[in-house]
Amino acid sequence: MRPDQEIIQRWIEPDSRVLDLGCGDGSLLANIKLTKKVKGTGLEIDSDKIQTCVERGLNVIEQNLDAGLWNFQTDSFDTVLLAQTLQALSHPDQLIDEMLRVGRRGIVTFPNFGNWKSRVYLSSKGRMPVSKFMPHAWYDTPNIHFCTVRDFDALCKEKNIKILERTVVNLKHEGSLWMRLFPNLLGEIAIYHIARS
Amino acid sequence: MPNDTTQLDATQTPTADAAIEAPESKDAPDSVGIVTPVSYHFDEPLLLRSGKTLLAYDLMVETYGELNAARNNAILICHALSGDHHAAGYHSATDSKPGWWDSAIGPGKAIDTTKFFVVALNNLGGCAGSTGPTSINPDTGKPYGPDFPVVTVRDWVKSQLQLMDRLAIKKWAAVIGGSLGGMQVQRWAISYPDRVANAVCIASAPKLSAQNIAFNEVARYSITSDPNFHAGRYLEHNTYPKQGLMLARMVGHITYLSDSAMRAKFGNAGSQLENTTRGNLGRDLRSGTLSFGLNVDFEVESYLHYQGERFSSNFDANSYLLMTKALDYFDPSVDYGNDLSKAFAGGDCKFLLVSFSTDWRFPPERSRELVETLLKAGREVTYLEVEADQGHDAFLMPIPRYINAMRGFLDNAYKELVCDAS
Repeated sequence: MRPDQEIIQRWIEPDSRVLDLGCGDGSLLANIKLTKKVKGTGLEIDSDKIQTCVERGLNVIEQNLDAGLWNFQTDSFDTVLLAQTLQALSHPDQLIDEMLRVGRRGIVTFPNFGNWKSRVYLSSKGRMPVSKFMPHAWYDTPNIHFCTVRDFDALCKEKNIKILERTVVNLKHEGSLWMRLFPNLLGEIAIYHIARS
Repeated sequence: MPNDTTQLDATQTPTADAAIEAPESKDAPDSVGIVTPVSYHFDEPLLLRSGKTLLAYDLMVETYGELNAARNNAILICHALSGDHHAAGYHSATDSKPGWWDSAIGPGKAIDTTKFFVVALNNLGGCAGSTGPTSINPDTGKPYGPDFPVVTVRDWVKSQLQLMDRLAIKKWAAVIGGSLGGMQVQRWAISYPDRVANAVCIASAPKLSAQNIAFNEVARYSITSDPNFHAGRYLEHNTYPKQGLMLARMVGHITYLSDSAMRAKFGNAGSQLENTTRGNLGRDLRSGTLSFGLNVDFEVESYLHYQGERFSSNFDANSYLLMTKALDYFDPSVDYGNDLSKAFAGGDCKFLLVSFSTDWRFPPERSRELVETLLKAGREVTYLEVEADQGHDAFLMPIPRYINAMRGFLDNAYKELVCDAS
């Protein structure tokens, strides 16, 4: 299991209801269904990934996150996940609100644009970073709303969202003491456990 | 709602008759082969939603595959407006066309008859062998005709439950249906939640809209205003309202197809939509020239005439009236203060819902309403919105995305119910 998934798993309560936004092929949902006996549902728009979810016996709903979570009742889930999808949304702030309406708690992971590599790339080359970390050219990328750890902290403060836990890892999903000390500089993937205040 | 047999014509040319299917397909390894319908008689009175009672009735049934010893691998197929019990296979070696859902039912197909025991029946009020308007009314010794009571989706499902008990099946592994069939699936999950493990509801809706009812009323009015209708007693006059049935079917058929499907079908003999029909819009001519008269000039006109003609000689007008009424009346929320989610509050069956992008009879929004309702009820739902050009008809077509999802869903059902239990 990927270490970021391991971190996410620790935050999922057994027998709880989990909604995974942009669930992909459902690997995380399948895992926590097995280990935590959760009642899970995933939202996805990629047809091949939806088929994989169906074959895994997962509940998956074809739905574009940019349309919001209008069809989900308030408080209908314990945890709502948003893994590596925040930066691709039209209105990430609104979806965060929706997450915390539908679920008591949220887990958000995103690539940290404040990482030193991005900073060096931009400052030395003067161009938008393209790397293994962010492999798309600026004009042809699904990632339209990059943010940094400090940006997300600020958003949570502005929205009065409680950060229960925050951690960062590198692309290999490893953490370290240095990353904990300088998350915005060294962390490549940020993982937040959030709740309504 | 589309018909069992005419759907298959949607891929054929308008003038082509039924004999298109290759004869060897009966022996194809993925065909259920030659099947024989069986009629089941029921003596227990059936109290109908209208308050009337059917004292006794028959249900015409076909089954495919084997019921296992644990009797937990049975699937019920619910048919749409003009379908029947003949869902798969052939009735004889010379039969030219397979059952209406042969593309989905058979050995190794999405509804895999090597795993499942598949049950398909003709609903009450139909005209393919189950008790309906053309059956003899025991009170009069004449055909029921217009005296056959109005039957609702709830009544059908009630009769399907009797059949289930007769077959000694405790719980369906799945109940599956499209369109009006999907409404029966919903009704199963509401009325008999303990008897269904999985519900597959395709291209359906929680109830009809005014537009849907309007199209049904045009169909009904065209039948009842036909001079040969004789207030529904046409059989006693040795005739039938052919023109009315034709018109009803022609209107209905337009609503089953999409604009894009018609453009593709009647534009340069159905060749590539993108390349050749953009300017044609499906305006292929019958004979290459305009007649400057009231003749049939365009292929689409000829096609509708053909569909109407074929249907009118195969389907009973009173049955058609009954089926459209069953559609109009379907609204399970009325018993639950108009909150359908309360109707679905009981039971634990899993749902698979599928809609099709160009279906304007029951468009994706209608399925999304159902998804929302089921989520509100806390039910387990999987939902796919499949890109397909074929309109409402798509639910009868072997569209890979849709068929693969149904296969994946049912494979899991089989694993959970049959493999894990044994």
